[in-house]
Amino acid sequence: MPLVKISITLKPTLLDAQGRAVSGALKNLGYDNVEQVRIGRYIELSISASQDIDAQVREMCGKLLANPVIEDYSYEVVK
Amino acid sequence: MKFGVAQFPGSNCDQDAYFAVKDVLGQPVEYLWHRDRDIKGCDVVIIPGGFSFGDYLRCGAIARFAPVMEAVIEHASHGGLVLGICNGFQILCESGLLPGALIRNDGQKFVCKHTPLRVENNRTALTNRTQKGQILSIPIAHGEGKYVCDEETLKALNENGQVLFRYAGEGANPNGSYEDIAGIMNQSGNVFGMMPHPERACQSLLGSSDGLALLESLMTPRA
Repeated sequence: MPLVKISITLKPTLLDAQGRAVSGALKNLGYDNVEQVRIGRYIELSISASQDIDAQVREMCGKLLANPVIEDYSYEVVK
Repeated sequence: MKFGVAQFPGSNCDQDAYFAVKDVLGQPVEYLWHRDRDIKGCDVVIIPGGFSFGDYLRCGAIARFAPVMEAVIEHASHGGLVLGICNGFQILCESGLLPGALIRNDGQKFVCKHTPLRVENNRTALTNRTQKGQILSIPIAHGEGKYVCDEETLKALNENGQVLFRYAGEGANPNGSYEDIAGIMNQSGNVFGMMPHPERACQSLLGSSDGLALLESLMTPRA
């Protein structure tokens, strides 16, 4: 059964308050070379094979899994 | 005038809104369960605050597809009044009834306090009993209330008078909202969203009755 791995991130123009807090914590741990942290969401779908997996995944992301106003998504299908 | 208050799993301001309408405004009100497919003939639908569906995925993202929302979208498309408060505002943005989105507060923290709001447009169905420039004290209670949108949308909101309220005063913006925006409406002026809770400010016993003017405004007959 194909596995779809979707990662969703806040658009680069938006401040990621969560990422900023984590970045501060990493600096406190001594990782001074961390320039920026961006936190996103990772979703896996096990999906029965169909010819239109790509179209389906794009539709699911557009409708529900991601919000196009604030987020970008990318995905890969692992057969 | 009949009000409806939507209820999703995780709504927690539904009873406050119900109380404000029934006991303070003295108007008929019914709950609208998320699985219902109609709004029981209500004139105004309130989408209340809370954590619908646990705020899973994104705030409001799952509630937006509840059967009752189809009826609410239908109601709005015919000019029916809809007011989304806090999580309700997030749901209306997710559903596309209002532009933009609400993301995590800049300060990371959940902020719960009375906030001064400046009325930016008092010629609307939600604000006609207020004065332009009037400062209202209405509480907020949210962790994800930073209003964001693209530049084009922001320009349109300003040009069309769709910004209803801004957080007022130096350093008053509690969440990093673009241009201090606390509440907006759609272009047709029948769908409203605000992060502050007018239903929690409808009696002096609650610390402020400034929210009452907004609920009363909804009852003003429209041309």
